[in-house]
Amino acid sequence: MDSSSSVAGLGSVDPQLQHFIEVETQKQRFQQLVHQMTELCWEKCMDKPGPKLDSRAETCFVNCVERFIDTSQFILNRLEQTQKSRPAFSESLSD
Amino acid sequence: MEGSFGSEFGGAAGAGGGKLDPGLIMEQVKVQIAVANAQELLQRMTNKCFRKCIGKPGSALDNSEQKCIAMCMDRYMDAWNTVSRAYNSRLQRERANM
Repeated sequence: MDSSSSVAGLGSVDPQLQHFIEVETQKQRFQQLVHQMTELCWEKCMDKPGPKLDSRAETCFVNCVERFIDTSQFILNRLEQTQKSRPAFSESLSD
Repeated sequence: MEGSFGSEFGGAAGAGGGKLDPGLIMEQVKVQIAVANAQELLQRMTNKCFRKCIGKPGSALDNSEQKCIAMCMDRYMDAWNTVSRAYNSRLQRERANM
């Protein structure tokens, strides 16, 4: 790649730096979702905080994460299908 | 994205000679990310444990409330780690299936 024309305003972008930013962005997305799911699942799985996380709560947290991701994928898939079968809807969505 | 990073850190990192030091930028970014994550955790943990432990706010945090908050903090960390592990293994499984 011609480094002199890569990104306007920054001059040449250090490939090492670019890689670093990609990796950190990925890690940050992961962490952000962990924060979000912990908060959500806490509501569903936690009664009164006890002296340790019991196995019932632990199982609940694991299931909660799995079902949250399933839900997110289900919604994404269904939206995709709806868009295919109802093009008018897709136009209003993409605006 | 790159542009905003460049302009934000350019001032401090480029003070030496107009050229950005990638190593320095990476260090600064790492520190800022760590701080942001700690704040995020602190804020959510405070909200959750306040809800669980403070029924009717009294004139001071009483002993049982403090005990509850301490326990709640530890359990919240356990929950965070459990969620992190579960999410990670899900990602791993999905990557293996691709």
